Amino acid sequence: MSAVTQAPVAAVADARKAGDWLLIATAILLCVWVLLPIYLLIVNALSSPDAVTAFPKRFFPAFDLGSLSFFVNFAGVARALWNSVLVATLTMILSIGFGAPAGYALSRFDFPGKGTFRFLVLMTRAFPLPLLALPLAVMFIRTGLDDTAIGLALVHTTLALPFAVLITFSLFSGIPVELEEAAWTLGCTRLQAFRKVILPLALPGIAASAVFAFTISWNEVFAAAVLTIENRTLTAFLLQSLGESPLYLKFAGGAALVVPALIFIFAVRKYLFAMWGIANR
Amino acid sequence: MHGKALPYLLLMPATLFLCIFFLYPFVLVAFEAVTRDGAFTLDNFRTMAGSWKFPVTVRNTLLLAAIVVPIQLVMALLMASVVSRLETGRSAALYIFAIPLGISDLAAGLIWLAIFDQSGFLNTLLSHLGVVDRPIMFLGYQSKLTIFIAVALAEIWRATAIMMVILVAGMGLIPKEYYEAAEVFGAGPWKRFVRITLPLLRPSLQTAIILRVILAFEVFAVVAALGGTNLPVLMGETYNWQFTLQDSNVAAASALLILAISIGFTLFFLRVLRVPKEARI
Repeated sequence: MSAVTQAPVAAVADARKAGDWLLIATAILLCVWVLLPIYLLIVNALSSPDAVTAFPKRFFPAFDLGSLSFFVNFAGVARALWNSVLVATLTMILSIGFGAPAGYALSRFDFPGKGTFRFLVLMTRAFPLPLLALPLAVMFIRTGLDDTAIGLALVHTTLALPFAVLITFSLFSGIPVELEEAAWTLGCTRLQAFRKVILPLALPGIAASAVFAFTISWNEVFAAAVLTIENRTLTAFLLQSLGESPLYLKFAGGAALVVPALIFIFAVRKYLFAMWGIANR
Repeated sequence: MHGKALPYLLLMPATLFLCIFFLYPFVLVAFEAVTRDGAFTLDNFRTMAGSWKFPVTVRNTLLLAAIVVPIQLVMALLMASVVSRLETGRSAALYIFAIPLGISDLAAGLIWLAIFDQSGFLNTLLSHLGVVDRPIMFLGYQSKLTIFIAVALAEIWRATAIMMVILVAGMGLIPKEYYEAAEVFGAGPWKRFVRITLPLLRPSLQTAIILRVILAFEVFAVVAALGGTNLPVLMGETYNWQFTLQDSNVAAASALLILAISIGFTLFFLRVLRVPKEARI
């Protein structure tokens, strides 16, 4: 009796175990697929210029800073790096500054026009936004915003603002309105209640969406290349020098783009899923 | 007191911003595309379509999207399933799978350049294995096919994460009871995936596919980094019209074409994958 029932149980357990191994193997394989290319770029960036163009290649970094120091000292790079940081910071401030109040309004009030606004925000998703840089280039020349950090930041803000609105909307929706109401009954004004009760709770999430906005701007290529000439950002600089720059400059530049992005994504990893999951409903 | 006006006040900055930097530029770009020197004309579209590069450009862009997006969909589903089943190392796997989300398309192009370049890692590997004696030129102007494969791989590598994150969030919303019930009735993992996960994931699949298809038509910097002008795509040609050929009207027409294709596909997927209101979780 027991022998009869044990056999299938053992088979099921075996199948489970095989399934577990398959799962872990797939997970590891997928991790390698994501990480290996980045690793190879870093190997190149940490090799001397001669090693980068040499053949065959070594699969381990030589920790030679030749390529990187060449990159950093290359004419225009330091300025491009600075511009990238400046534009991304402005984008971050603008998109949170405009987006967070809208997100708060969407989460706390019911009013006519709410649906229209949400539609406007969601509509931005269906358009290839970097193309906006083309007509804006003309508009910016007329208004004197051409080739300025703030001009490009305004375009990057159209990319980041919808995210900021939807993320802060979900953040504020997650904070019970009762907390705010309790503060009002205790004599707080609306602003005080927001500042003393809601803001501290929402701050980590707001910071995460700010980092997200920074990353969007830091990575953007097309609009940056269209709108800047003298004040090129790092992506625009790399794109426009693709044709003539030596390999080691490209790889060092690529690493300079990737490493901060890795840190940003790591910093906001807890919020990534909440952000994308909710921002896409 | 100002309770009624407050939500509008909070929404005002974001709304104004989107009107000035999102809606207005679209009117501008549409206007610019159908006029030349102030007069209405369709010449811009004729010039664009008359260019010898145009058919190749459209074909490349559509073919790339048609190959890349389905592969990404399958990989994203695989990643999301792996993540949702892992017990240990779940958050580590999530973070690693999500890394490409923060990486610029230009950087992704450079990463794969490190692999496919003539002195790159693929050639090194092949020569270590004794497959080739001399490094092969994968990205030369004569090797359109390998350029295409390299671009496709870089795109798959870079943009699968976006879909994965949306699908993971979607899978989290499916009630566990459904799976338990299915298991009781003897449904295996595959059957559970096909009969429960896929149908209930439809809203997330819809968003993921739409977002990804739009991004696929915007492919630009990856191609610029890997293929230069050897693999013309729509966005790259738009950039060329603006800069190399200095014709912003034709560039606007080209931008409008990308927009039209994007909107067309968005509507198509909204219709094909529509979710009846009653069937939403």
